[in-house]
Amino acid sequence: MTAPLVWILIPAILSVVMFGLIRWQILVTILGTICAFVLAITAWLLPVKEQFLLGPLTINFSDTWSVLGRRFVLGAADRPSLVILYLATAFFFGAAYIAHTNRFFVPVGLAMVSLLTAALAVEPFLYAALLIEMAVLVSVPLLTPPDSQVGKGILRYITLLSLGMPFILLAGWMLSGIETEVMNEPLLLRASLLIGLGFSLQLAIFPFHSWIPMLGKESHPYAAAFIFTMIPGAITLIVLGFLEQLPLFSAIPDVQLVLRVMGVTMVVFAGLWAAFQNNLGSMLGYAAILEIGFSLILLSLLAENFVSEGLGVFYAMLFPRGLGLGLWALALALLRTRTESLDLQDIEGAGRILPVTTGALVLAQFSLAGLPLLASFPIRLPIWGDLSQVSPAITIWTLVGCLGLLFGGMRTLAMLVIGSEEQVWKVSETRGEILFLVAGMMLIFIWGVFPQWILPSIVDLPFKFALVGP
Amino acid sequence: MNLELLALPMILLVSLTGVGLLISIDWRVSIGALALQYIGVFVFVAISWPIEMAIVKLVAGWMASVVLALANAGISERQSEGHGFISKRLFRLLAAGLVGLVIASAAPRIAVYIPAVAAEQLLGAGILIGLGLLHLGLTSGILHVILGLLTVLAGFEIIYAAVESSVLVAGLLAVVNLGLALVGAYLMVIPELVVAEEELE
Repeated sequence: MTAPLVWILIPAILSVVMFGLIRWQILVTILGTICAFVLAITAWLLPVKEQFLLGPLTINFSDTWSVLGRRFVLGAADRPSLVILYLATAFFFGAAYIAHTNRFFVPVGLAMVSLLTAALAVEPFLYAALLIEMAVLVSVPLLTPPDSQVGKGILRYITLLSLGMPFILLAGWMLSGIETEVMNEPLLLRASLLIGLGFSLQLAIFPFHSWIPMLGKESHPYAAAFIFTMIPGAITLIVLGFLEQLPLFSAIPDVQLVLRVMGVTMVVFAGLWAAFQNNLGSMLGYAAILEIGFSLILLSLLAENFVSEGLGVFYAMLFPRGLGLGLWALALALLRTRTESLDLQDIEGAGRILPVTTGALVLAQFSLAGLPLLASFPIRLPIWGDLSQVSPAITIWTLVGCLGLLFGGMRTLAMLVIGSEEQVWKVSETRGEILFLVAGMMLIFIWGVFPQWILPSIVDLPFKFALVGP
Repeated sequence: MNLELLALPMILLVSLTGVGLLISIDWRVSIGALALQYIGVFVFVAISWPIEMAIVKLVAGWMASVVLALANAGISERQSEGHGFISKRLFRLLAAGLVGLVIASAAPRIAVYIPAVAAEQLLGAGILIGLGLLHLGLTSGILHVILGLLTVLAGFEIIYAAVESSVLVAGLLAVVNLGLALVGAYLMVIPELVVAEEELE
């Protein structure tokens, strides 16, 4: 048995099986959630490259699977990524039925995650570009189900992510040249330019970001949030692996500066734009862009020194991001069922009939803005601390971006609770909806107020799986 | 057969098909041009790869064309020539000419960086990439976006074939081409499904 078979092939096969069961949406949702959760737990507990006993059988659990001359490797170094990827999937699948997603959500989502896992595993890892492209193509029915109109956002999403692939593949070819030669600076520079452009297109880095707010506005918010979490999340994990495995790139003096400037540009730009959005779906998109910006900033700090707690913070950052985006999207999905659209003028006073949804929505917005006592704050704090030692100016600019998102949250709250005196407050959410919304809010509070309960075990993930020394 | 002798005519072929894709508004002409374009791609790739492997590009390209043609055949005609059609065509022709000039002048410089690629391959690939990007920049319809992407990818595949001959990568690129065509077909068919459902209601 090999690790790639467990985390790539099994979810792929299960997604096909679930397509057959698509008529029973609740069953598929439960199956998908359990499957993703079990795969996450297995990634946490099952040691690869070891033998284990299953009754009378001795099973060799290899980390490599060879296909047509290329290798898929899921070793100890990949276990934190697997845990995060499948836990996030389980989290999103868990509330999929309550969020009124389309029937394709779970099967297509699982197929997409299987392809993203393959992208993390493939060696040489620059072939990941092809697998990411396939994941993007597979995700289309999730964003544009058969009962919807095709918007411009989906076309831009396909176009920009597809255009990124050739650059990364060509850079891969150039890198093979660098590996054979001792040090070829012009070749290294050309390869880094190509790879930078490729990842910029695929990571929605400014100015290639336009598809994110457009999809946020056009598509089902929950499906859009799933894409905003999984695709950039998986790509940042691939970039992290790339910087770790090829220290030549991290050693280029300007790489850290470029990453930092791109990151802060995205944070400031996304925060300020979020403040003045009139559609809550677009605002969700800008919050996702802000999160990608923070990933780049953390990558720039990590590129200086991989033997640090920063690696653990990088993995830990993905949890409150998924939680914030997921809860925000769930609240929007519920809001959308009771209002004409997600434009601010159409949701005026909706908070008086959907108070729990309003609370969850605003809490998720504030959490992603980095407000103290909420989930993202304990992660932002060390980032701001490290960043202020490198560049106090950039730290202040990131705070400006966060303030922008906070202002957007306040505008949302004001519009939701505004209304005439005669309009009475009542709870019109169903019990199931309240259960999921309250659970999300509790998680955001617990993570923010008691970070010492959860955070150390996630920050220690790289140490636990021996990625870096003690 | 010496395929290098065919390379020069193929530059002309891909230029004509690329321009055809850019100025045509009839989907039949566009998809016909796309199918012809893959003959050029096949010849360029066959210069670097064995024919039995290069033919994968032709088969995948033609399958993509068939998928797009079937999707278009199933939906109602909505295209009209509209106002300013002649000037639009002229503008696109001029823009295509400019792209051709840029590629012709830049190709020798790029060839220095990728010595494994023959000059004809680089010119053919450059024309396809340039015209494909122009196509993507000038159009926003589903079919045209997919055609533009397939054209850009076809150009890239010519260059990449000269530097990489992995069977897995060839297979995955063929899957990506087919996937793009299938996604395009899906997106083109969806509005018809919505209209049909509304009519039923």
